Amino acid sequence: MIKELATVLSQESIAAGIYSLVLKVSFAEDVIPGQFVSLYSKDASRLLPRPISICESSAEEGTIRLVYRIAGAGTSEFSKLIAGEKIEVLGPLGNGFPVKEYAESRVLLVGGGIGIPPLLSCARKLTEKTFAVGYRSETYLLADLESEATVHVATEDGSLGTPGNVLDAIKADGVKADVIFSCGPKPMLRALKAYAAEVGIPCYVSMEERMACGIGACLACVCKTTGIDGHSHVHNTRICKDGPVFLAEEVDLT
Amino acid sequence: MTHTEVTLAGVTLKNPVMTASGTFGSGMEYGEFVDLSALGAVVTKGVADRPWPGNPTPRIVETASGMMNAIGLQNPGIDVFTSRDLPFLQKYDTKIIVNVCGHSTEEYLNVVDRLAEEKVDMLEINISCPNVKEGGIAFGTNPGSIEKITSEVKKHAKQPVIMKLSPNVTDIKECAKAAESGGADVISLINTLTGMKIDIERRTFALANRTGGLSGPAIKPVALRMVYEAAHAVRIPVIGMGGIACASDAIEFLMAGASAVSVGTANFHNPYASVEIANGIREFLESHGISDIHDIIGCVE
Repeated sequence: MIKELATVLSQESIAAGIYSLVLKVSFAEDVIPGQFVSLYSKDASRLLPRPISICESSAEEGTIRLVYRIAGAGTSEFSKLIAGEKIEVLGPLGNGFPVKEYAESRVLLVGGGIGIPPLLSCARKLTEKTFAVGYRSETYLLADLESEATVHVATEDGSLGTPGNVLDAIKADGVKADVIFSCGPKPMLRALKAYAAEVGIPCYVSMEERMACGIGACLACVCKTTGIDGHSHVHNTRICKDGPVFLAEEVDLT
Repeated sequence: MTHTEVTLAGVTLKNPVMTASGTFGSGMEYGEFVDLSALGAVVTKGVADRPWPGNPTPRIVETASGMMNAIGLQNPGIDVFTSRDLPFLQKYDTKIIVNVCGHSTEEYLNVVDRLAEEKVDMLEINISCPNVKEGGIAFGTNPGSIEKITSEVKKHAKQPVIMKLSPNVTDIKECAKAAESGGADVISLINTLTGMKIDIERRTFALANRTGGLSGPAIKPVALRMVYEAAHAVRIPVIGMGGIACASDAIEFLMAGASAVSVGTANFHNPYASVEIANGIREFLESHGISDIHDIIGCVE
């Protein structure tokens, strides 16, 4: 975990409002799939870092790739970065998915919208894997996903794959797995948690919340837990430090 | 030789820089970025007599040159604090100031009593948190109740007592004097300013708590004015804070009359901020040929 000035190697828009940013960093070899970084604005009036998941990392090249959506002024600023420019980055942050533990299992990687990117780095570390991804309409990263594994697609407008949500695609295509790794909107995670319980397999969910420090000190980004959390001994755990990945049964997704 | 030491109620800090409660945990997380021994003191996040769950999320939102928080003092309580967090901090060569919170006088005193035998240098009593319904700010906005809670705490405390004051008052001078007459050894200010933000797309409050405490560079001019007023209203030392993001900000507070300063929200933007500010103050003194930090404390009358 280090805060440093990273160099932008490339940036491109890969869909409406979705950008792919490649940074040269010193910590690429330490990245665990599912971890994130904090990016800092050059404008001091925007003082909080923006947490963004790591889509891919290359230890050989010393690079990380971030695929993110413009959500406000901060990410809009990042989207204008071009090769050769610098940006302050803190990372890698969070725990990541248990890719080592499940390296030999059949892993179903489930993503919804801008929750899809971190699953690409998971696939690289797994032997038997399948993607199930849901988009509103326009797709992105599909070619990258398809180069790693079979991809089951759902679109809300029915323009590609199964019409509906990602769980519709999983059911329609009869996808079987030993474990689920997922990242996406809360309703999707809630549905997956119920589905995993129904079919009797573990399900890991990557959570999201507004963050300030990003390192576990400020207690802004908590989520409700079913048991007593290890830090504050209440039912609120730190997403940035103790997550963002949790076993679904450990968190309250209601 | 440049002297940066300051003494507050008999406790000598190697430099005047400490961390603002709630922004630095108990030092464990930021200890991966900075040497805690390079700080004058670490002020812990508020500790209550039992675990507090805090408020629902979203708990924070960014604002222009600032942020609002409504964490609601989530903390593990005094048992976990004394068995886990305190031993960690005691490994460092820095002073330990424990921020104490409670819903009632009894709850504050429970924590103060529990800390009596612990190796803790000072207590900071949080009577100014705007994000909890009972306790917190309810004690800190009325001079009469400030004096009362201060004198109650003083009867029990074995360490010097810092009363942390709220800026959400009509006259900060009266609050400062009330703490002093209640027996406070030191006062610290300002806590956050109560604010609000509305999400116009969702047509609701940006924070689940509706209101939150505004901090960051946006509040610095207000904080500096209040620290100046308080420092001129009392004889006890004042710890100044509110939007300090760099050494020159900290020096402004010292010149306004603060004997020490706290770095808070700046830690979120720059995890090295606290130590950079401590070093920056020393560099300022050296480059201006000032041998003792007391030559600038309160130098602007």
